Amino acid sequence: MDLSAISPVLLLASLMVASTPILLAATGELVVERAGVLNLGVEGMMIVGAVTGFVAAVATDSPALGFVAAAAGGAALSLLFAFLTQILFTNQVASGLALTLFGLGLSALLGQGYIGVKAPVLPQIEIPGLVAIPVLGPILFRHDLMVYVSIALVAAVWLFLTRTRAGLVLRAVGENHDAAHALGYKVVRIRVLAILFGGALAGLGGAYISLVRVPQWTEGMTAGAGWIALAIVVFSSWRPWRVLVGAYLFGGVTVLQLNLQAAGIAIPVEYLSMAPYLVTIVVLVAISARRGRSAVNAPASLGKVFHGGA
Amino acid sequence: MLHLEPRTEPSRRWSVIAPPLAVALTMLAGGALFAALGKNPIEAIRIIFWDPLFSDQFAAYARPQILVKAGPLVLIALGLSLGFRAGVWNIGAEGQYIMGAIAGAAVGLAFYPAEHWAIFPLMILAGGLAGWAWAMIPALLKVRFNTNEILVSLMLVYVAEQLLASMALGALRNPEGGGFPGSRNLQQYPAASNPELIPGTGAHWGVVLALVAVVATHVLLSRHKTGFHIRVAGQSERAARFAGVVPARLVVFCLGVSGALAGLAGLFEVTGPAGQISIDFNVGYGFTAIIVAFLGRLHPIGILLAGLLMALTYIGGELAQLMLGLPAAAISAFQGMLLFFLLAVDVMTNFRIRIRKGRG
Repeated sequence: MDLSAISPVLLLASLMVASTPILLAATGELVVERAGVLNLGVEGMMIVGAVTGFVAAVATDSPALGFVAAAAGGAALSLLFAFLTQILFTNQVASGLALTLFGLGLSALLGQGYIGVKAPVLPQIEIPGLVAIPVLGPILFRHDLMVYVSIALVAAVWLFLTRTRAGLVLRAVGENHDAAHALGYKVVRIRVLAILFGGALAGLGGAYISLVRVPQWTEGMTAGAGWIALAIVVFSSWRPWRVLVGAYLFGGVTVLQLNLQAAGIAIPVEYLSMAPYLVTIVVLVAISARRGRSAVNAPASLGKVFHGGA
Repeated sequence: MLHLEPRTEPSRRWSVIAPPLAVALTMLAGGALFAALGKNPIEAIRIIFWDPLFSDQFAAYARPQILVKAGPLVLIALGLSLGFRAGVWNIGAEGQYIMGAIAGAAVGLAFYPAEHWAIFPLMILAGGLAGWAWAMIPALLKVRFNTNEILVSLMLVYVAEQLLASMALGALRNPEGGGFPGSRNLQQYPAASNPELIPGTGAHWGVVLALVAVVATHVLLSRHKTGFHIRVAGQSERAARFAGVVPARLVVFCLGVSGALAGLAGLFEVTGPAGQISIDFNVGYGFTAIIVAFLGRLHPIGILLAGLLMALTYIGGELAQLMLGLPAAAISAFQGMLLFFLLAVDVMTNFRIRIRKGRG
């Protein structure tokens, strides 16, 4: 084993790439849950985003259009969830599971004939000046556009939720939908929009896996990333900046175990591959065990059905 | 405009009509999907739902396969349905199924090549215990730390899959297998095998247990206090507290039973139809069983019927792959669609449509 082969700079730089899919999906799901909706279909929306993004990018030879298509694909699938849960009042847990099962099947169907195909490469952007900073420059300022977009989205969601009127209304809907309804806010409309936003971001996250991280299309390639995104929202206590911390922490574990595999550590590959999932469980336990302020931060109406206007 | 008005009591008529209606709607939408793929929709539906049972060419092979596939689905779905009724969400049955298979096979292989009547019962015990233990992880974390059981049980599926790969390549690999991954074939080891009991039916011990479990869960739910607690807990948390339900005990019970049943399903699969521990041993029964549980309305008899139907779509899907070149993924999209339609149609069980004058 040769641990000196692991370069800390490269490790940290690839950490940001490894975290981006989960960060995107978790940021979207955070908004959905702050609106009081629990969408367990993140995995399904991600994989559909992964395939629609890949197919569109190959067809148009443009990664940018691929990401647009992925957002549309994820949002389209989430619309199904929105219709079931908001209009037909179905159980959100069951509907989310249905979304994941359906999404996995649908994506495999759409992606036939694209296995082994190469996608156009999303170029890296070196931020002039900043990239020259020793150590920090190559870690932070030499990435593709989506890495920066994902961080900007966290900032935007934070600003939206805490500094805008619309964000306050969305949180009110998530905390107490009956009171929000009594005040005249359109609970169902706000929730549907939140669900669509969550679907679009999950789609982007999926496309980041198929277009940048891997980059190719294989069935079931999200491998639980959507579920980890859900876990990270719990970890974050529903706060945007903590989603960033959670996603990077998880990305760090993933990258570290991959590097250890490459360095030929004496632990079998299978046990290293378990690490990200085990760490997620440990973190979930640590968060839920601390029953203090943050654990009870969950939106009060999360997962509850709203029968408006009855 | 149309308006949904909550019913005071769920409609009995609709709760019976909903599943067949959902199946019919899925056939229509599935037909459209197959047409979009350039296949003849009527032929595709016939191949999936009719040919496995009645075609001269395929029925002899396909009919037994239905019980082979329905066995594990029903067994797992019965366990899950108890939790789903009580609001305990075990999504990780796939992992418990894998763990049951690994532990059961490991016990059997440890005795190889000894022949003794007690080996198979010991394996069954190990399989059930391993599934139970794997489910106890989310159960105890839920009870002790209030950790979300959905996420923990699901994360453990990925852990179990890695463990399966490690076993197939390492500890349980067939020493006489020429270095190929995968364990010894248990079907060729009489003391540890789970053979077809009546030739031509596909029935093995797992199918027998599934039938016993249908009766047992039915009795549990309708006659036993725990079953009453499960039903009350799912309907009203407040009422459950007055009825003396201890939520922690219910979490441990529901996850434990579903884990043990999933583990047993895995054990019977690895000793019977699958034959060996291999990297791709699990084929998603643990996830499909979620659909089966809902399609069966979380009711034991319903689950039995839903399991048979879902098994039919598996076999029919394989036939359609063979005959029409329909992709394997089409059938899992089809199964997911079925759950969507069921959830959507189910709205009629709890609501009635009213036409309201004026603005909504």
